[in-house]
Amino acid sequence: MNCTKCPTSTKAVISLPRHNAAFCKDCFTTFVHEQVARAIKSFKMFTPADRILVAVSGGKDSLALWHILLNLGYRADALYVNLGIGSYSEESHRKVQHYAETVAAAHSATLLVHVVEQEAGAGIRELANILHRPTCSTCGTIKRYQFNRAAVEQNYDVMATGHNLDDEAARLLGNVLHWQEEYLDKQSPTLPASVEGFAKKVKPLCRLSEREIAAYAVVNRIDYIVEECPMAKGSKMLLYKEVLNRLETESPGTKQRFYWGFLDKQNKPDAPTESMAEKDQRTLAPCLSCGQPTTADTCSYCKMMAKAKSVPAR
Amino acid sequence: MIVQLSHPQRQVEIKGPKRTKELLRELNLVIEAHLVIRGDDLVTEDEMLADADQIEIRPVISGGSLG
Repeated sequence: MNCTKCPTSTKAVISLPRHNAAFCKDCFTTFVHEQVARAIKSFKMFTPADRILVAVSGGKDSLALWHILLNLGYRADALYVNLGIGSYSEESHRKVQHYAETVAAAHSATLLVHVVEQEAGAGIRELANILHRPTCSTCGTIKRYQFNRAAVEQNYDVMATGHNLDDEAARLLGNVLHWQEEYLDKQSPTLPASVEGFAKKVKPLCRLSEREIAAYAVVNRIDYIVEECPMAKGSKMLLYKEVLNRLETESPGTKQRFYWGFLDKQNKPDAPTESMAEKDQRTLAPCLSCGQPTTADTCSYCKMMAKAKSVPAR
Repeated sequence: MIVQLSHPQRQVEIKGPKRTKELLRELNLVIEAHLVIRGDDLVTEDEMLADADQIEIRPVISGGSLG
């Protein structure tokens, strides 16, 4: 398979069925940068003058995000929250530190670190036990709080997270399955600093799938932690992603249509609502042949029967 | 070929030559959730993998809070 973009048709390293394309290393890196630049522009995330705080975990998404923003010329520092999950946290901390020293420092970017155990007196597992709450939800609360606090206290203009298309599609699926309408507003890729004390939050990777971001990290030699967080095993998020990936394999573009379609509907100004009865009365009229309601002159049934009768019997 | 898998970390030996998509199918893995890496390089689904190749199949999905 060759690259569908470059004129010399170099050998491709990845094919993207949802874009009907395949890319070599250089064209793929350009494609990812363009997708992020489009998200930043279309959702008015930030400008080159803004100071950005990236929430990094040592995983592919957050390190790739930091890498992309630095390469696009943005002023992006990062915050790592050490959750105290034994060897997993030690390894992820090492990966972040290594990236900060070997790559980010050359862009004059700084890494900030918060250690949960130093402030809370216990790691995330112990805190979840004490509070009788699921570990993932305790973790989410602590990370959101610490990232927001750091962004506000250290005067960053915006906080960026590595949420990708798969994260947002899976979250949307979860919210829709349980009709959690109150959470839908928070699925926008840009959340404003709505009140004093809240930082503006953005998701610049929202146009890219998890696989595309992992591929970007491999192609650009970003050393991230491949191991899954031991606390996430059996999470609903993984189940929703698995279901969506099965659909995506059968029908490329499903995740994109699901999430982007939601965003399109969310961005449209409220149209006057029309009841089903009002819509039917506006669009339907009696079929000229049988009299049953139809949107056309002749209903589908009458058309089908007319066609069937026109074919000679065998 | 020796194939390195994650979650949990393990190695399996698969008879080559074989196309990437056939290897994934044989291991019952979904393309959308994995990358196939030969040496240090990504390979596409139609790439032919030889018996002597060192292959890593890397999962790309991470979980956590729905929050």
